[in-house]
Amino acid sequence: MIKYLKLHNDKCVGCLNCTATCSQLYFKEDDPAKARIKILPLALGKYHIVACDQECRRCVIECPTQAITVNARGVVMINKKLCVGCLACVAVCPIGAMFYYPGDPTPFKCVACGACVKTCSADALEIAEKEDSPASKRPFEIAEAVRKKEATT
Amino acid sequence: MSAFNRENFKLLNEYKFEPRAIEKGYAMRTLHVDVGSRVATAKPVSEDMKKRFTGGKGFGLKLLWDATKPTTKWNDPENEIVIGIGPIGGNTNYPGSGKSLVVSISPMTKIPIDSNVGGFFGPYLKFGGWDAMEVQGKADVETIVFIDSNAGTVQFYEAPESLQRDTHLMAEELTDAFTEDGHDPQSISVVSAGRAADYSPMGLLNFSLFDKRRQGIRIKQAGRGGIGRVFRDKKILAMVCRFSGVNSNLNFAADPAAVQRIGLKLHREIVVNDSDQCKMRSEGTAHLMEIMNDYDLLPTKNHKYGQENSKIDGIESGVWHKLFSQNLPDGCWYGCTMACAHAVDHFELYTGPYKGTKVCVDGPEYETAAGVGSNLYVYDPHGILELNFYCDTYGIDTISFGTTTGFLMECWEHGILNLERTDGIDLTWGNWKGAAQILHDMADGKRFGILAGLGTKYLAEYFVTEYGADAQFLKDIALNGKGLEQSEYIAKESLAQQGGFYLTNKGPQHDEAWLIFMDMVNNQIPTFADKAEALHYFPIFRTWFGLQGLCKLPWNDVEPVDNAKHEEPGKVPEHVENYFKLYTAITGEPLTWEGLINQSERVYNFQRIFNIRLGYGHRKDDYPPYRSMGPVLEDEYVMREERYDKQMKELIGVDPAGKSVAEKVKITREYRMSQYEKLVDAVFDRRGWSPDGCPTPEHLKSIGMDTPEVMEIVNARNAGKA
Repeated sequence: MIKYLKLHNDKCVGCLNCTATCSQLYFKEDDPAKARIKILPLALGKYHIVACDQECRRCVIECPTQAITVNARGVVMINKKLCVGCLACVAVCPIGAMFYYPGDPTPFKCVACGACVKTCSADALEIAEKEDSPASKRPFEIAEAVRKKEATT
Repeated sequence: MSAFNRENFKLLNEYKFEPRAIEKGYAMRTLHVDVGSRVATAKPVSEDMKKRFTGGKGFGLKLLWDATKPTTKWNDPENEIVIGIGPIGGNTNYPGSGKSLVVSISPMTKIPIDSNVGGFFGPYLKFGGWDAMEVQGKADVETIVFIDSNAGTVQFYEAPESLQRDTHLMAEELTDAFTEDGHDPQSISVVSAGRAADYSPMGLLNFSLFDKRRQGIRIKQAGRGGIGRVFRDKKILAMVCRFSGVNSNLNFAADPAAVQRIGLKLHREIVVNDSDQCKMRSEGTAHLMEIMNDYDLLPTKNHKYGQENSKIDGIESGVWHKLFSQNLPDGCWYGCTMACAHAVDHFELYTGPYKGTKVCVDGPEYETAAGVGSNLYVYDPHGILELNFYCDTYGIDTISFGTTTGFLMECWEHGILNLERTDGIDLTWGNWKGAAQILHDMADGKRFGILAGLGTKYLAEYFVTEYGADAQFLKDIALNGKGLEQSEYIAKESLAQQGGFYLTNKGPQHDEAWLIFMDMVNNQIPTFADKAEALHYFPIFRTWFGLQGLCKLPWNDVEPVDNAKHEEPGKVPEHVENYFKLYTAITGEPLTWEGLINQSERVYNFQRIFNIRLGYGHRKDDYPPYRSMGPVLEDEYVMREERYDKQMKELIGVDPAGKSVAEKVKITREYRMSQYEKLVDAVFDRRGWSPDGCPTPEHLKSIGMDTPEVMEIVNARNAGKA
């Protein structure tokens, strides 16, 4: 199973409570550029919410140091100690949900902690679960395929 | 699991240095290690050295010059192996920023060789606060040098007798032994050669990196020019560097956010464009196989032909795509999303001491697949992989080996070699097992293996003396310049590429100028002046990568989608712009086009003068063997008769009708030789060199390389004394 932040774009009113909560929690300051969720204003009072879906896991595949892994609840996590700050994960994220703050060494992303859900004024965010998919299993299959086996002789 | 921990190694001597943080790309000191006296010393880098030589290969050549004499031979104790990593090297944001530049006086060419290599050693060394490392002297016992960049120690160990000697095993044992409490193998990089480097001047250096997904060692090669032979001559078994704690800003860049921004821009470009362009992420440079074959450029039977349409399917890029494990971050340094360093996993060997073992084969890259593949008429990917593996683990350069074995097979075809002369090895075209046997014999120090390992220049002369072979024929087909084997592109139909190979400082390697498409295919440089400009500009521009610790591939093996609309798309202007910005972001110094060229031109000319200092660097040293210029043999002519006849009529102004093939071969040859002379004249003039290939005092002054030590050599040469 995969725990993730389910996004309801149609309900979002762009109040930015979520980004404030998130950046306060992880950076101790209110700065949308330091939030692990992004609110993109569209036309006609609509908004598009960006946060990791925890499922595609291309960043897990791409990370050269395996600093990006999947925890027991199916959430993609970054180990700051292992991260070398190359930002390859930022480049491969297809939905732009891997963020970095210019000059800071480590990228950051939504870890489905749910803090923003509690402060959302419009019920646009929800912590949910979903089944594993072929995409979500891929990093493990690739690693298994190449792992060094014991020598045959 | 490994049999060793560090206690198994006898500590002979130890030095402690304060680890020093890098500042804006420079540590401003270098490490000197003498394995003979087992002394390690820190040397300051002067502002003048920084300004004049920039870093990387520039520092390497400068330190090598200072350490050696005009009489120094490759196996003299004062000869050095210098590993330099430039100011940009070691950043993790811009793809291709982890190259070590290794220089030494080469056992193949007797002049300085430079070879660039991935793997973690160079950056890890730099993070201990060293811009370069010199290794000098000769040890009396099998020595391991261990540099702990976290602790600031340099230790000399005596290697245990039972340590494995082939790289794929030794690097693993040393990685295990030198990790801190057995943890974090990714913090270790090993430099080693292999058993065959004990004998062969084409011995190379392997630079390791630990691959976390494979849970094993990967190796990248400083392949060219026999630096591994120098290493073993110094009785060094390995050099190990440890560094834990890599992050994106260990260069302490002037503007780290800009480094991130510029790097991310290229990451994105690669991720989006690569699958439609060069497919480096899935096939690496092996994507070139059928492209080169299509253009008649893929070396086939010792560069006799450039194509074999009936066979190419066996080794075309799709074959490699399937064999390479896909979707892995196969960079040779962190953050290289171009990720071209592919590998074949769980590959079972058919021959040699590891027969039946499953191994990880690093590669093949294009040069290897062509050199030990089509060039030997081997179209079996298994054969290529096995030769690739054994070359690497024994410490042998696949390019020199492929070109030399092609030469041997052609000698076999012409009856110059037979079973008696090869000690029972069948060298019929396509017999990869015969080629593999040469390698095994090289590693085991057997007669024919040692002989073959001496390279084409030596062998061509030896076969004339010993077997009475035709001297001119062997000289024609021994594909080397200055003693170094040519790399794997057919240069016959591109005069500019003949210059690109042979008007080089170190010998015929493709890293100075690759002009075949520009010249032969697209006809963008038709005149001598155009070719000379290209042969001035590209070698100078490409030298810059080696000064900075950069890989050339992310420059033009991915391109912005709108690259073609630029005035000079061959230069990939947007990427050159990236380099200006990246250099400034790290060093804090502005860089313009002129500044970039000037940095390189100084070092390029310095290297030429280094050749002169050692008694080489004359015009006569810059000629190709004729196989590289045109058809040597009649059947070689006949195979492309239409092309050559047409050229005879249109370019030479001679009607081929009624002429014998022998006459036509001769006319073609005379014409092509005369064209090459004109090319040399034009190129030397454009480079600011005399007709004999010596940089002029005026030119050296104009580029800021008129130092007293350099001028002394130039003046002696002009006075006819060098």
